[in-house]
Amino acid sequence: MKSSKDIWVFGDYRNYFQNRVTLQILARAVDLATSTGGKVCAIVFGHNVNEYVAEYIAHGAQKVYVMDDPRLLLYSLETYSKLLTRLAKKYQPETILVGATRFGQEMAPRVAKQLKTGLTADCIDLEINEKGLLIQIAPSFGGNLIAKIITPVQRPQMATVRPGTFQELPHDYNASGKTMIEPLPDDLPEDRIRLITSEHRPSKKQKIEDADIVICGGRGMGSKGKFKKLFDLADLMNAEVGATRPVVYSEWISHHALVGQAGKNIKPKILMSFGISGAIQHTAALTDADFIIAINKNPNAIMMKMADVAIVADANQACLGIIKALKEKIRD
Amino acid sequence: MLNIIVCIKQVPMVSELPWDSKTGTLKRELAEGMMDPASRRALEAALQIKENQGAHICAVTMGPAMAQEILHQAKALGADVGVLLTDKRMAGADTFLTSHILARFIQREYENFDLVLCGSQTSDSETAQVGPQLAEELNIPAIGYVSQIRAKENSVEAQRHVDDFFEILNMDLPGLITIDLSAYKPRYLALEGVEKAFENPDIRIIDAKKLGLDDSFNALKDSPTRIIDVFSPTTQNENRVLKGAVKKVVDQLFDEYGKVIGSAMGKDLKTHEHDEV
Ligand SMILES: Cc1cc2nc3c(=O)[nH]c(=O)nc-3n(C[C@H](O)[C@H](O)[C@H](O)COP(=O)(O)OP(=O)(O)OC[C@H]3O[C@@H](n4cnc5c(N)ncnc54)[C@H](O)[C@@H]3O)c2cc1C
Ligand SMILES: Nc1ncnc2c1ncn2[C@@H]1O[C@H](COP(=O)(O)O)[C@@H](O)[C@H]1O
Repeated sequence: MKSSKDIWVFGDYRNYFQNRVTLQILARAVDLATSTGGKVCAIVFGHNVNEYVAEYIAHGAQKVYVMDDPRLLLYSLETYSKLLTRLAKKYQPETILVGATRFGQEMAPRVAKQLKTGLTADCIDLEINEKGLLIQIAPSFGGNLIAKIITPVQRPQMATVRPGTFQELPHDYNASGKTMIEPLPDDLPEDRIRLITSEHRPSKKQKIEDADIVICGGRGMGSKGKFKKLFDLADLMNAEVGATRPVVYSEWISHHALVGQAGKNIKPKILMSFGISGAIQHTAALTDADFIIAINKNPNAIMMKMADVAIVADANQACLGIIKALKEKIRD
Repeated sequence: MLNIIVCIKQVPMVSELPWDSKTGTLKRELAEGMMDPASRRALEAALQIKENQGAHICAVTMGPAMAQEILHQAKALGADVGVLLTDKRMAGADTFLTSHILARFIQREYENFDLVLCGSQTSDSETAQVGPQLAEELNIPAIGYVSQIRAKENSVEAQRHVDDFFEILNMDLPGLITIDLSAYKPRYLALEGVEKAFENPDIRIIDAKKLGLDDSFNALKDSPTRIIDVFSPTTQNENRVLKGAVKKVVDQLFDEYGKVIGSAMGKDLKTHEHDEV
């Protein structure tokens, strides 16, 4: 059977309103569909989900496939992945995009396996090439390279995308979309996993994500002791401290400070980056920083090329120098 | 007694490498393989189950011959069996085929397994796909990002904190669990333990043929995804480069950008009175 040209986006609303990844992916799907010609569709499983259906339509979905049933009230990995697989077999979408929440990261691989197709994790961008194939752009080979990946034969083409990668479209109150109510199959197998307790424990929003000034330190800070100086600087500047993965792995700072694909996205007015090389997994999280000051002794580090101001210097000495200068300059 | 299979992977040590702070370079000669940190935690979880209630642990890895090292390590730590799945034709497998190969091994050699443990994600590719796909292929339930396991007779109880939900789940066995990087801090392995393990390695080595894979099987060719281009992210930002003595560049920074910095701080910074250089 020939596949349709539609692009599907899995509707992950469990933490809506905070988690906006579905809306973000819809926005990019709208973009992609202008060159492929297919429809942008959202998939919604759950019970009493009209609110989300409306939300997805207002954010770009032209069609929403809905399964609404009390048995779908809880997010169940086994059930949801079976249902998505069945729908995909029935309607043959060209592409399925899933938000890389923990749930999405567990579900997408299972669906891809059932559909015998490929899946690219954590795309930082998605494009359509001249043949209409989905180009899945993702970091690879440890961080300094980006790969363009395709799924040449199997369908659908599948990818996951981390929250914060794309920008959602504004809410369109006039948007209209088609809602397709899908019946729940009656041969749903019994779940082999039972939820005993579930408690909503929102992680405290890290200040670093909202901070106007972020000071990031990398391995170039040299040691845990020297890294500490960044906290003094942060105190003076009313800033938050972030770090790269080697720094977190070396336990110079807790993993809550990790900035990058595996950690937090930041959007400060000013980012000061000390002794960081600029691997893509780190810089992917910096795209919304307004003004970047990088300090590195290697003028050719990618972080230095990205920066608005690149200071070629020893990171520790520069940190101490800036602290000293600020102490003199801050008016009492 | 539980029959546990732990999937472990060897990863390059580059990003966590001992590093020369004088020259700012990596000590490449030490860039050897190590056990993926998440796999190491999965193994730790298995070892704790074994200590508490008894278990048979098989540590399996798919990789090049060199990956045997992590199997020695796993055995020194307490795994009962080490298995290396290795073949030229397995090279280049994406997660779809990696999980296929691991599943093949388990189905053929450990038909009556109870529990498969994986890391939540590897440090080198971090797809977090192999665990879920392995479970799918074995047609067993799986719980990801688990921070604590309590194994019972025919089920396990798992605890995790994901997507802002703290959950306790009960899963039928056989099943698969992936262990979160924050949990099961691995134990220290004394050097003599490693040496002992190397004296009597006794690792089973299985190739594509022995696994019963088709003669035409070729992971690189058969993977559903294909890399068509690799590039390095180049950013040609028009930028201001400051270099020279630290005092000088810091002064320059505040001369030129003091306003921007001050406004982000919400403070008025004194303008600089020039020093004689
Ligand atoms: C799957 C995966 C996911 C990842 N996720 C993340 C993530 O979320 N976040 C993240 O940060 N990383 C992540 N990484 C790691 C990433 O690829 C890089 O390894 C890491 O960002 C590098 O950190 P760094 O810049 O501190 O260290 P390095 O790359 O070692 O760079 C150190 C820099 O300091 C400079 N330097 C050295 N000495 C001095 C000195 N005295 N003064 C000034 N400069 C100096 C050097 O010139 C160099 O540029 C991930 C990797 C993988 C494989
Ligand atoms: N080649 C491999 N051999 C054995 N186990 C693997 C292999 N690749 C991945 N795994 C397991 O799957 C987990 C997640 O890997 P990944 O999906 O690559 O992030 C790892 O922590 C391992 O437990």
